[in-house]
Amino acid sequence: MSQDLLNKLTESINQNVAGAIEKAELPYDFATFTIHKDHIHEVLEFLRSDKDWNFHFLTDLTGFQTADEKQLGVVYHLHNMMKNIRVRIKTHFDINKPEIPTATDIWPGANWMERETYDFYGVKFKGHPNLKRILNVDEMDIFPLRKEYPLEDQQREDKSDKMFGR
Amino acid sequence: MAKKEKESVKQTDDFVEEKEYSILNLGPTHPATHGIFQNVLKMDGEIIHEATPTVGYIHRAFEKLAERRPYAQITTLTDRLNYCSSPINNMGWHMTVEKLIGAKLPKRVEYMRVIVMELSRIADHLICNSVIGVDTGAMTGFLYIFQWREKIYDIYESICGARLTTNMGRIGGFEREWPQKTWDLIDSFLKNYPKALQEFANLLERNKIFMDRTINCGPISAEMALNYSFTGPNLRAAGVDYDVRVATPYSSYEDFNFTVPIGTSGDTYDRFMVRQEEMYQSMDIIKQAIKNMPKEGGFHADVPDFYLPPKEEVYNNMEALIYHFKIVMGETDVPKGEIYHSVEGGNGELGFYLQSDGGRTPFRLHFRRPCFIYYQAYPEMIKGSMLSDAIITMSSMNVIAGELDA
Repeated sequence: MSQDLLNKLTESINQNVAGAIEKAELPYDFATFTIHKDHIHEVLEFLRSDKDWNFHFLTDLTGFQTADEKQLGVVYHLHNMMKNIRVRIKTHFDINKPEIPTATDIWPGANWMERETYDFYGVKFKGHPNLKRILNVDEMDIFPLRKEYPLEDQQREDKSDKMFGR
Repeated sequence: MAKKEKESVKQTDDFVEEKEYSILNLGPTHPATHGIFQNVLKMDGEIIHEATPTVGYIHRAFEKLAERRPYAQITTLTDRLNYCSSPINNMGWHMTVEKLIGAKLPKRVEYMRVIVMELSRIADHLICNSVIGVDTGAMTGFLYIFQWREKIYDIYESICGARLTTNMGRIGGFEREWPQKTWDLIDSFLKNYPKALQEFANLLERNKIFMDRTINCGPISAEMALNYSFTGPNLRAAGVDYDVRVATPYSSYEDFNFTVPIGTSGDTYDRFMVRQEEMYQSMDIIKQAIKNMPKEGGFHADVPDFYLPPKEEVYNNMEALIYHFKIVMGETDVPKGEIYHSVEGGNGELGFYLQSDGGRTPFRLHFRRPCFIYYQAYPEMIKGSMLSDAIITMSSMNVIAGELDA
């Protein structure tokens, strides 16, 4: 995607959903928008239904945690196959109140991807038809991909990770 | 008399309302599902009324593991996603990292990668198609064609030493120059495989029993396939000509001439036929790659920060020793950035979403696994069909347990 196209898309999002965009950038030639969490559903719906942009295909949906570990985020990769444009939509919210509207009403395929995101990050997608764990066991009471759960047991004394561990 | 008849009709109506469904557990380990999948089926006789899939039986937390591993060590995790076509996953991961560090690869390496990726596409498709045969009751085709997968594995073996979980290539190229034996094996494969594939096709493609069994079995419309984020042969069978190799060419795919076969109704037969044709297209791509292969260029890019130096230099040269140490300990710096790179895997768009904070390991790595995403449409596809149709619908969707559960 070129800078031109990014400006056009920024403009048309701003026109239709005012004040939604927090940041618009082009890392590695991939249009990336950071959207305020209150407007995320409106923006996604606009991108899906707008005749010109028509991002009809949800390529990917996943969660992440911000570097300060105080916020969670959700990232959507959308694709318009006819024009072959891809766009990345990101949003973030407080880790103690991880709530965001579901995208299953826009793309039915978001169903399992949102369940996976809930499973690993504990993001509650409001309005999801069946939001429960998918890959982990139902009895699990933590959200394992959060950074507060390190991969290895921190109580171990036989192994020092001072030099090469993260 | 008339009154009595009316009463009896009413009785049957009541009976319908109080119909009981029987619950059938298909899986987790069932010989017909080719992997660990559980489906709790609500059956009305032999008709499926409702299906509830349970996934995650072989979940291995790859995304969490990847957050602790240096970039070069994540290749082994990608092997175990879609283990029927590991080299595609390996190459996809290498390309993601190369995009992040901005490495420029010689044309020759990219062509070699194309050859290996197309070979693994053939291996992937031939397993899937022959397994559709097995599930419809035709064991012969499977036994006959399966030895050709072994021949493809011989080619992998001559390149990297491994057969199934290949861990092939390195960030920046291949680990060594391909020996002459590899080229001979590829030549003999290209020469003999079309004959075998034709015989396999003769067994099934126009076979009345096979056609009756698979046509209109587990169909999906193009619109629904797109809504459910289908990719790969399953989407193309529904009539959408989306192929990552054409839409966003990687590894010099723009240099090759090939057609993207599509189906019309998205049923099991279309999926089978799309894969059949793709195998011929893949062979054509390999032939083009061999023909146009540049003589110069070596087998790796010039990225000393990531590509291990030759052993003689490590022993005799200070800089090479430093680089060797840094790479092995995973101490090389990568740029900060955010990347999405996708390749056309055996069963769809295999994507890598990578967030790098400049550390030795990815800050966040997400695998976009095609079959995890399209398997959620399975209950809808088999609703109202017979149990035996559900089995071949699943095998024709090419759902691989390793990729599904990551």
